[in-house]
Amino acid sequence: MPKDITIFTTNTCGYCVMVKKWLGAKGHNYQEVNLDEHPERQAEALAVSGQLAVPVTVVTKQDDSREVIVGYNLAKLAPAVS
Amino acid sequence: MTTPDASTKKAWDLIVVGAGPAALSASIYTTREDIDTLLFERGVIGGLAGITDWVDNYPGFPKGISGLDLSENLRLQAERFGAVIELGEVTEIIDKGKHKILKTTSGDYSAKAVLLALGCDYKKVGVPGEQDYFARGVHYCATCDGAFYRDKRLVVVGGGNSAVQESIFLTRYASHIDILCRSDKLRASDVLQQELKKHSDKITVHLNTTTDEIVGVDNKVTKVIGTQTTTGKKREFATDGVFVFVGLLPNSQFLKGSKIKLDKLGFITTGTDLETSMKGVFAAGDIRSGATMQIASASGEGATAALMIRQYLEGHKLTFGEQV
Repeated sequence: MPKDITIFTTNTCGYCVMVKKWLGAKGHNYQEVNLDEHPERQAEALAVSGQLAVPVTVVTKQDDSREVIVGYNLAKLAPAVS
Repeated sequence: MTTPDASTKKAWDLIVVGAGPAALSASIYTTREDIDTLLFERGVIGGLAGITDWVDNYPGFPKGISGLDLSENLRLQAERFGAVIELGEVTEIIDKGKHKILKTTSGDYSAKAVLLALGCDYKKVGVPGEQDYFARGVHYCATCDGAFYRDKRLVVVGGGNSAVQESIFLTRYASHIDILCRSDKLRASDVLQQELKKHSDKITVHLNTTTDEIVGVDNKVTKVIGTQTTTGKKREFATDGVFVFVGLLPNSQFLKGSKIKLDKLGFITTGTDLETSMKGVFAAGDIRSGATMQIASASGEGATAALMIRQYLEGHKLTFGEQV
């Protein structure tokens, strides 16, 4: 299990809903950073992902290594949180 | 009623590929008739409707409804009757006569009938710079990525309903939007064009204007180069980002080379009963050749497909002597 999962989202983003739904269905807890409510953290989302897009899921593993997944991409998300 | 678990139950009466309005509407009908129904969705529940800002023309919502909320309502209604949604991708359909085998990212499943409600995705415009700046200045989902453009200039490419609707949505963030439309008039509905006029302080429409190149400096989009087709003159539009809505691409790639017939654009051809060229496999919604690309008509086709599938399964029972 990962040490921490943080998702950068916006209010209107359907793919963000899907990432949260999938993580919830798999029993993972996560922290959400809503960029509509916290626009000051957009630069942080851009810095970790290199992209101007959400959802950005940052998975911090037990050894503190990080994996960043942009979009709703189960092929990358599933192994990252396993 | 106990809802079955897709991780253990591998044989179903009906498997629906997709979970957009056609798929969810069909599953409301089939599950109400005790046809056990599994849906596979590789993207967003609700399909393109789920990432559309606002839906004003779906019957029953006099004030309109957000695409996200409409999708959620459809999902809840389908699940209320026992539809099961598996988040995964179908990669192949194998015809075994009385049942079909579906190869998926969650393993193999079998179904007596299959409904293909694959939907579409937004097309790329196909110009230099588009791929280079993908998700770093070039986007296809305004409701996802618009928030990154607070007080910035944007270019929207396209002239149909999506281009206009999403431009209006983007005015909540952007300081100014240039819509580049290659034809001599917008194809968006009159209602949307009236709405667009209310945003003339923020949106400028450039008709007869092609999009030729997306240019950037230091990993950031800085301008779009186009051509004014009536004069042949090049034009430049300074911008911080580009949103592309130039039409739809059918999500039928995995069917190419299969026994399921596609038209020359990749949409699935069906008979009037919505059955494809593979017996027991049906298609509905935007993926069907000749579809009108409306959420309401996709829902209607989903309901029709469900009735056709019920009829097919009744015949299936007679042919193969199985309980449906």
